[in-house]
Formats: sequence, structure tokens, C-alpha cells
Amino acid sequence: MIGADLSILIPEIVLAVFAMAAMLAAVYTSKDAVAPALTWGTALIFVVMAFYIAVTGEGVRVGFNGGFVDDGFARFAKITILLSAAAILIVGIEFMQKSDLLRFEYPILVTLSVIGMMVMVSSGDLIVLYVGLELQSLALYVIASLRRDSVRSTEAGLKYFILGALSSGLLLYGASLVYGFAGTTQFAGIIETATAGEMPVGLLIGLVFLISGLAFKVSAAPFHMWTPDVYEGAPTPVTALLATAPKVAAVALFARVVHDAFGGAVGEWQQVVALLAVLSMFLGSIAAIGQTDIKRLMAYSSIGHMGFALMGLAAGTEQGVEAMLIYIAIYVTMNIGTFSFILSMEKDGRHVTDISALSSFASREGGKALALLVLMFSLAGVPPLVGFFGKYAVLFAAVEAGMAWLAIAGVIASVIGAYYYLRIVYLMYFGEDREGLDGRMGLVTYAGLMAMAALIALAWLPGLNLLGLEGMAAAAAQTLVR
Amino acid sequence: MSDLLTSYAPILIFLAIAIGLGIVLILAAVVLAVQNPDPEKLSAYECGFNAFDDARMKFDVRFYLVSILFIIFDLEIAFLFPWAVAFPTLSDVAFWSMMVFLGVLTVGFAYEWKKGALEWE
Amino acid sequence: MTIADFTFYLFAAVMVIAGLLTVTARNPVHSVLWLILAFLSGAGLFVLVGAEFVAMLLIIVYVGAVAVLFLFVVMMLDIDFAELKAEMAKYMPLAGLIGVVLLMQLALAFGPWTFADGIEGRLANPTPALDQAHNTQALGLILYDRYFLAFQVSGLILLVAMIGAIVLTLRHRADVKRQDIVAQMMRDPKKALELKDVKPGQGL
Repeated sequence: MIGADLSILIPEIVLAVFAMAAMLAAVYTSKDAVAPALTWGTALIFVVMAFYIAVTGEGVRVGFNGGFVDDGFARFAKITILLSAAAILIVGIEFMQKSDLLRFEYPILVTLSVIGMMVMVSSGDLIVLYVGLELQSLALYVIASLRRDSVRSTEAGLKYFILGALSSGLLLYGASLVYGFAGTTQFAGIIETATAGEMPVGLLIGLVFLISGLAFKVSAAPFHMWTPDVYEGAPTPVTALLATAPKVAAVALFARVVHDAFGGAVGEWQQVVALLAVLSMFLGSIAAIGQTDIKRLMAYSSIGHMGFALMGLAAGTEQGVEAMLIYIAIYVTMNIGTFSFILSMEKDGRHVTDISALSSFASREGGKALALLVLMFSLAGVPPLVGFFGKYAVLFAAVEAGMAWLAIAGVIASVIGAYYYLRIVYLMYFGEDREGLDGRMGLVTYAGLMAMAALIALAWLPGLNLLGLEGMAAAAAQTLVR
Repeated sequence: MSDLLTSYAPILIFLAIAIGLGIVLILAAVVLAVQNPDPEKLSAYECGFNAFDDARMKFDVRFYLVSILFIIFDLEIAFLFPWAVAFPTLSDVAFWSMMVFLGVLTVGFAYEWKKGALEWE
Repeated sequence: MTIADFTFYLFAAVMVIAGLLTVTARNPVHSVLWLILAFLSGAGLFVLVGAEFVAMLLIIVYVGAVAVLFLFVVMMLDIDFAELKAEMAKYMPLAGLIGVVLLMQLALAFGPWTFADGIEGRLANPTPALDQAHNTQALGLILYDRYFLAFQVSGLILLVAMIGAIVLTLRHRADVKRQDIVAQMMRDPKKALELKDVKPGQGL
């Protein structure tokens, strides 16, 4: 029995063994000197594992007494997580090296965090959910304060840690109530309880607390307070990581909990998720307008985007989950491209994050400005770029589920949000001409930016069809919503 | 009352006696001792000088590192305990599960050692 | 009221009061000491419900290690706590409100304490009767194989904690002379000492 269970877990085991072996190898040889090679190696392993999951994954396999579920949904989330983490590791290397932050522990902590994310999205039990979440978060708290001599970075780490601990507390409190009323921590048992007759009040309160804890992790308003400070303070490659892989994991986990454990009681959580979605969309759009720091801006942008992803979830249907998956995959792609650009923002050899530094950038670096323009337009949801298709999918799902008001709110928020994305573009093309960015860019970051921009600009073409994303997301959603 | 609770009765009695004794001793000092306060007697005394500043000062962060490493191994022991108690009836999986767990922490220990976190320069 | 009931109320009251004093104590070191009292009363409560192992864990891990760490942290941070407290007082009404709301929710959850229908069939791991296996043993029987995955991931969490603590706090000072035992043992007097035959009256 254990052999069959372990075979489901192969990708996680490979990553864990790799992390430990790499750590011992590095510490017993030349320590930080091997860090760049190790980071490349880690990214390579991530990609290999993503392919392994894509190729070997089939059907629904449940192991560890229902604690671990390997279904199409988990595989979709895992592949997204692995590929985005690999991309962020690679584009971040140069920056980390330049700012003397590339210690060999960095890729190892990222690997351990990714293992946590993979456990999260596959969890079939509240206990497994919690340990996966903690593994993911704990490693991220550490790398957020990796630049330990900087007050900003340590502040970011500390804030992230304290609010993360608070959210874990909420989540655990909710989980304990759920356990108390349902008598089991397994999703399969909870859903039986939730659908058998009327749902006990305690279970409902437990569910609300669970959702609050998860909303912290996806940084949905009103649980978003930590996001801007942490994004601003953490070293930029870490910010890029925070904005991508953990978001995918948290959103996927959110979907898994509400559908796997409370799928029969959609009406009970739908309103809560819809409220989170509306608040996040509006807060993300409005609060970002006044920002002058591009990392803070991206933080609010990510809050807004999480609102849209949750809108898909709020629909409560298979189509909604499919839309959510499409949205989050596109969001991650756009963010990798945007952060590749932010990583290379330099003025006189120093990293700057002030938006005004972008002024008249287009007149000096036409190609890069064009790439950023594509990304910004896509983030704003301008058709026909890929970002538009994500927004379209979630709006359509909300309307289909009879939540037209939510879709209308989404459109309004999206229009407001378009302002600040377009402001960046305006600054680049029509800003007053003055000393701006150096415009130098490492080969890898350049490749990252251009590849993502090209993907965003071209993948919607009829022949490419979003690279089959819709089909994959549909298959994934099908295994989750039954 | 169940056997479990009766087995804890001595501890309860011990607690009661300890608390009672503590209260009695403090009260006795208050009631019986001669009290004749005076500003000089009550002032802070530090080798004949007035106290210079706050007694609290910054600790070296290394104390923190030692104590957190201690907590980690303390928790490891906490996991070992039920394993040891249930050892005769454990399945093979449970046995090897603990071995893997210990292996993971040994890797951590080796890292810690080689990093020099256990040295007090 | 039996002795067990009496001890329950005693521990519960002490725990609530100690918890309150942890938050309100002026001196942070006292706060930690009150926290230790709260942990101890918690341990007493756990014994009363028959969860011996958790009770002892609370004493060994929380009182023995976590509280010590708290003391270190409280002492390590050279912060004017009076000022912090004044800042906190501003937010007290809001915090109090949230506390009351949480309490109401708790009451709401526990007031209509009804289990879902057919819960007996779904109970994950009912504890065996105490005369068959005691608490610690019952835990040992399921923790390592039934909850294999959670257990191993906890191991990884501890590993991350270890790496994290070292990455964030360990720094090597360059200006310290460390003891190098191997170098000491391999030291050869022939290389370290040189005997010079100084002739009287000539100097070196």
C-alpha cells in the first residue's frame, strides 16, 4: 500500500531529495560559489518535474488514506507552479548575483517552498493542507528577508511572518471547528457532512474562518494589508516569486477546499467569495492609482488580479473553475514578463523601482518599451492580447452562473484599473525627456521579457489558440467539480 | 474518577502544597518581620553606586540561534516519544517513517555543523 | 462538585486571568512569565480531558523552550515598551470590538452544538478506550503510518526552520581567532621553534 502511495508522490520526493542532497553538497564544497550553478540546476529540475507530471499523470489517484489527491486539477496547478518558479529563478539569478544575495540556500529554500505548494494543491485532508501551507510560507518568510542587512527587507519578512502566522491561526481555528462538527479532517468526509441535511452552524463558521485564512494567503481584500509592504521590501526576485507561484498554489488550494470539502454547499460560500472578489478588484484598481513605486504598484495589481481569479471561483461552477485556472495561468505569464523588466530597472548601476524613472524610456529602448507596453496592455485586459481572454473567461463564467452584478463590478474595476497600467505606457512614450534608466539588461532577463511579451502578444492568434490552455484548464476543472 | 486522573492526584496535592507554602512564607514575612522602611534602605543598591541605567540590554543574536536550534531538536524529541512508546506494536512503515524523519533532520544537523552554527567563536 | 470539576474551574480561571495579564502586563518579562502560567494551566486542562501527551508537550516544548525563546527575544529587543503600549491604547477600542465579535462567534458556534447526522460513521480516528491503550500510545499508533505524509512534511518544515534560522542570524566575524584543533595537533615544534646559539658578548 505504501508503495502505491509513494508512487503518487514521486515528484515531491525527487524535489525533497534534490534539495537535501544539493544542500549537503554545497555546504561541504565551496558553499556560495556553487549558488549560480545550483540555481540553474534547480530550475532545470523544476522543468523536468513539470514534464514528468504532464507526461505520466493520468486519472485520479488518491493516496495516504485520502490525504493526498493527484487529479487533473492538481497537475495543472503543479505544472504552473513548477514552470513559473523555474522561470523566476532563472531571470532572478543575475540580479541576485549583482546585489550579492545569491547564497546557496536560496534555491534550496525555493525548492522546499515549491514542495509545500505542491502538497497544498494536492491535499485531501485539513492536516495535510496545513502542513503544506506552513512549509510553503515558512520558506518564503525566510527568503523575503534574505537581504538581512536592509531594514526594508527584514521589515518585509517580519510583516509577512506575523500576518502569515495570524492567517494560519484563523485557518487552524476554522479547521478545528470543521473537525469538531464534522468529526473528520478529510475532505471526503467533510463534504458528506456538509451535504447531508442542513449544515450545522459550527461547520459554517469554520468554513468562513477557513476562507478568511486562505484569503490572507491569496492576498484578497480585506486581508491584503501585508502585500504592498512585503512586495516593496523584499528583494525584487523574491517579490517576483511571491507574485507568481505561491499565488497559483493559494488560489488552487482555495478552489480545492471550497469544491472538494464544501462542494455540495455552494450557496454557503459563494457570497463570501464573491464579496472577496469585488473588494479585491476595486481595492486593487483604486489604491494602485497613487503609487509611485512599481513594486507597490504590482502588489496592488496582484490584489486586483486575485479578485478576478476569485470571481471565477465565486461562480461555483465547473466553468468558473476553468476560467479561474485560465486566468491565473495568464496572470503568471504576464507577471514573469513584467518582473523580468522590473529586475533590470537600473539607473547609474543601481536598482531603482520608481515609476518616474521610466519617463521617455521608449525613445531610447524601443524594443523593450514595446514589450512592456504589450504586457501592460495585457494586464489591463485590452483585447486582443491574451490578458483579455482571461478576463473574458471569468466574466463569462460569472454571467453564466447568474451573477451578472459581479461581472458588471468586474468590468467597472477593470476600466478603473486600466488607468494605471496605461499611465506607465504613457510615461514611457510621452513622458518628459530626462535622465532615465540605463536600459542595460542581462541576456537571460531580456529573453524572459521578450519571450513572455511575445507569448502574450501572439498566443491568441487562431492557429495557436492560447497554446491549448483552455482545453487543459477544462480537463483540470472537470476533475475538481463533480 | 478514572484511573488516569487519580494517577495525577499526587501532582495536584504537590501543587496545592507548593502554592500554599509559597503563600504562607510570603505572608509570614509580611506579618512577622519587623518593618522599618527608610529611603536609603529602599533605594537601588548596586555595589554602592546608584544604578547607572536599565538592567535590560541587547543580547547577542547568537543566543537566539542557539535557542531556536534547541527548540527544533526539542520538537524532534516530541515526535520520537509516541513512537518509542508504541514501538512494540508499530508497523514497518511507521518504523521507517521515523527513520526518514530522522534522516531529514540529520541532513539539517550536518548543514548546521558545517556552517559553524554550533560554534561559539 | 467533584475534585475533577473543581480543578477544571481552577485551571480554567487561572488560565483566563494569566492570559489577560500577559496582554496587559507593563513589563514584557512579566508578560512572558504570565504566559508560562497560562501554558501550565493549559497543561492541567489537557490532563483533565485525558490528553496526557499534549499536556506534557505543552510543558516540555512551550514552557521549556518557547518561553525561553520569548524571554530572549524580549530581552534582545531594546524597545521602549511604555511607548508601544501607549500606541496600542489608541487601537484598543477596535481590538476590543474584534475580540467581542470573535467571542460572539464562538458562542454562536458552541451554543447550538449539534453534530452533523451520521457523524459516528465518519469519525476519522476514534481514540481507543483508555484501558486498552493510553493516550501517547494511541497517538504513536496512527501518527507514523496513517499520517505518514503530514509527518514527513513536518520534518521538512523543521528543516526549513533550521536553514532559516541560520540564514537569517548566523554571521561569521572575521576578527575572531577560532580554535583549530587539527592545526594544534599537527603543530610541529621543528617548524615553530628555531634554536639559535648565541655566543656570549656577540648578541644576535
